[in-house]
Amino acid sequence: MPIKSEPVEVNIGPQHPSTHGVFRMVAKIDGERIVDVNMVVGYLHRSMEKLAEERTFTQNIPFTDRMDYLAAMSGNLGYCLSVEKLAGVEVPERAQYLRVIFGELQRVASHCMATGAFINDCGAWQTPVMYTFRDREKVLDLFEMTCGARLTTNYMRIGGVSYDIPEQFLPALDNLVNTELPGSFEEYEQLLVGNEIIMMRARDVGVVTPEMAINASLSGPMLRSAGIAWDLRKADPYCGYDRFNFDIPVGYNGDAYDRMIIRIEEMKQSLRIIRQAMHDLPGGPHKTDVPLALRPPAGEAYSRVESPKGELGFYVVSDGGPAPYRWHVRAPSLINLSVLREMTIGKTIADAIVTLGSIDINVGEVDR
Amino acid sequence: MPHPVTITLSGEQVAAILRAKLPDAVRSVAATWVVLEPEQAFEAMRIIRDDETLDGKFLIQLCSVDMITSIEMVYHFASLAQNHMFEVKIPADHERPIVASISPLWQGAWLQEREVYDLMGVHFEGHPNLTRLFLWDSFPGHPLRKDFMSLPGGQKPGLSQFPKQVVGQTGQEFRPEHPGTGR
Amino acid sequence: MIMLASLLTIVTHHWFDIRDLSNLSGAIYDILRDDLNFPNWLIYVISALLGTLGIISFIGGVAVINIWVERRVVGRMQSRLGPNRLGPFGLLQPIADAIKLMQKEVLQPTSAPGIVFTLAPILFTVPGIAIMAVLPWGRNMTLASLDVGLLYILGVSSLAALSVFMAGYSSNNKYSLFGAMRAIAMLVSYEIPIVVALLGIVLFAGTMNLQGIVLFQEDHWTLMILLQPLAFLVYFFSVSAELNRTPADISEAESEIVGGYHTEYSGMKFGLFYAAELINAVAVSAIISTLFLGGWWLYKVDEIVPGWMIYIGKIYTVYFLFVWTRGTLPRFRIDQLLAFAWKWLTPMALSNVVLVAAEVLIWDESGWSAGILIPAYIVINNVLAGVIVFSFVRLLSPKFQRFPDTLRFYPNIDVPSLPAVAAHPEPRADLPAPGARPI
Repeated sequence: MPIKSEPVEVNIGPQHPSTHGVFRMVAKIDGERIVDVNMVVGYLHRSMEKLAEERTFTQNIPFTDRMDYLAAMSGNLGYCLSVEKLAGVEVPERAQYLRVIFGELQRVASHCMATGAFINDCGAWQTPVMYTFRDREKVLDLFEMTCGARLTTNYMRIGGVSYDIPEQFLPALDNLVNTELPGSFEEYEQLLVGNEIIMMRARDVGVVTPEMAINASLSGPMLRSAGIAWDLRKADPYCGYDRFNFDIPVGYNGDAYDRMIIRIEEMKQSLRIIRQAMHDLPGGPHKTDVPLALRPPAGEAYSRVESPKGELGFYVVSDGGPAPYRWHVRAPSLINLSVLREMTIGKTIADAIVTLGSIDINVGEVDR
Repeated sequence: MPHPVTITLSGEQVAAILRAKLPDAVRSVAATWVVLEPEQAFEAMRIIRDDETLDGKFLIQLCSVDMITSIEMVYHFASLAQNHMFEVKIPADHERPIVASISPLWQGAWLQEREVYDLMGVHFEGHPNLTRLFLWDSFPGHPLRKDFMSLPGGQKPGLSQFPKQVVGQTGQEFRPEHPGTGR
Repeated sequence: MIMLASLLTIVTHHWFDIRDLSNLSGAIYDILRDDLNFPNWLIYVISALLGTLGIISFIGGVAVINIWVERRVVGRMQSRLGPNRLGPFGLLQPIADAIKLMQKEVLQPTSAPGIVFTLAPILFTVPGIAIMAVLPWGRNMTLASLDVGLLYILGVSSLAALSVFMAGYSSNNKYSLFGAMRAIAMLVSYEIPIVVALLGIVLFAGTMNLQGIVLFQEDHWTLMILLQPLAFLVYFFSVSAELNRTPADISEAESEIVGGYHTEYSGMKFGLFYAAELINAVAVSAIISTLFLGGWWLYKVDEIVPGWMIYIGKIYTVYFLFVWTRGTLPRFRIDQLLAFAWKWLTPMALSNVVLVAAEVLIWDESGWSAGILIPAYIVINNVLAGVIVFSFVRLLSPKFQRFPDTLRFYPNIDVPSLPAVAAHPEPRADLPAPGARPI
């Protein structure tokens, strides 16, 4: 007599130690294999795009902090770039260098968190998370020194940055970038890269092919893990990134393991950029004078930055008033989730969790 | 050879290539974008994706803008191999906006079209699973529309204290005096 | 025990040797039998109770101290402090934990069958305590010196698997059921490497009596771990899987199924699961230190330091190894764990048994004395253990582990022109239709 079995529907999330925020997957499971998965988002929807239509351009900068709350500087930067493009505002040299330094520091902090959380998903009982958080704390201390906030920094302004760096910033940055962080990254290399168990958990899990990556508009480490060397800082340089020498790490397989080591390597390249920017930091004003209620001419602009999660783009439409007529955020986390179904169907639950960890979503950005 | 910096193709360039393959696909041309005819939109999108020169295989983003008389869908495409990008718009009726879905052509449009349906109410034909993404199913209305929850008279709260454009205005002038600072 | 010793010292004006508490109990028997004329069965029962008292006091202490050890040591490994508020170095933390768990409300899902749900944590604790009965704490200090001690241990520890399943099944919760299924598959498949690894030891020692194995190590002036490194490795990994400890804690994988078989337990029932895990860990550490590290014997040190103190020291050393692997390693996936048991550990254990059988045969048949053979065996066994492990790694590991790919670094963008791929114009045959709405 054949055994009758039916798939079981299981909720993974929204309250779960490992779903990176309030994100819910409804999985139909047959034994350990996933047969179907549907994702439910919107638990963190705060209607920022609607709220932005009633606030001035400068008042919208804190919204960008809170979208991807782990990479606030990148959000600020992208928004300010798009409004500057719309209004035709020039940014002084010193502000550009400072933006680069803080953008790369934010990349280090965000990738630390992403790597730690990914290995947490692989099952290591929070030990690597503690180590990566230790380094993230050092970066956040620098942020606090400059703009007073660790997480939602609200640092960039239209036309520059809001505060100039205090005088203890550069020595602290020098210490961090030349002494402390390279040692920590060596530690990560030894402990994580080449770790057998992580390789067994993450190799061939969550595979992305190059055609699929381009068709699904993936960006960031997901695109680079598939073998496509595309980085907005090289392709479409903003803030003077073409002045700096750095490399793009690109993977072979498109799996979760590649993404993890790409993130670790990107942190090292960020240190390289910071060293060059620190060395060449010019003097001058840190902001051009822009009226508080900036009224850019009617029109639209789209500009994008390479945030740690992928391509973060801002599409701003203005009608000549002090507030944006329409503001849309191209959220990399939401678009990177387009391939979640293809990657997880047929695999086990453990693989689904590891895949989700390797996409590195941030639900604040997914839901806005 | 890719361009060293991303160049934005002008509306004329894109329109020329589209008109060559599909004569009445283009409704109007602006400096930086092309407006397509809604009936021929799907075929024009297929040309955008498959044409060698345009090479719009990478959909950067799609979104919708509520121009009061119509709803406009805005699409940005990029070619990674040649490093250029361009913009395409499709107008839709304001009362019953129906646009052809491009998710059979680009998988990246799948979730973004659901978001547009959720927040603006545009119906996409040919989408495999057009349900609300962020809000719950019985939510009344579509929030990003301009007539959703606006105050009578079209007032925008919070903006009346900035009447004129003054260079050097920092905003401190509008704060009440703090008793401790003596300002 | 110490209070009893001081009481008896006062009563009989006779010093008792703390290195060997059996003289204490011997004195008690004499008093009971000769002076007070108790019948024999009553003396037997009282002596059993005294021994149990000693063991239970040790277990009680263990359950409390180990909570502190785990949290503090793992915290220090993670470069953070661990509990340090309650008492010096946080030593009173376990008491706070116990009080908290005792005063919590025990929530029981109404659809869970009452008896099975309540019985599971109790049944989980019993094997840990029962194993302690056959362990030798000193030269004459064993509560029950069974001649089939090792077999008793193996039998009793299998009960833990049953209780895990009872817990998962009776919770009426899909996540718990997952945990229970994973646990059963894993525990059943790891029984075999355990048994076969211990078979090598029994072959060498010639007896299953644990005291006999310790005496074997004393007679031949060697620790079994030197003589049987492969058995030790196989046993260590199999038993950390049996204990549901990382890297094999798949049945309670917190980041995936939020607790597994003990998701639905709260209050002291959960406290009992937690304590039982620690007691099991200590019981297994005790077995390892008896079989492999020499128990209460340590190269004549036991004439100065009491044997049971040496034993407790060894127990905590092995326990520290368990905590160390827990703090360091990520966890395996379930199919990788089962593959590890069946494809790696079982063949390694079997080859170890073949090797040991050959060596024992040579020992019995030829006339060479043990003084020559044992060092020779130590050298041969260590070399062969290294060879066997190395060849397994070479032959069985997946290719990506032998040749890890490194990244490529591009100074500029380089995107190949790829053909356009149709994104699901028709529904893909292998995927269900994406129209299914979530519940």
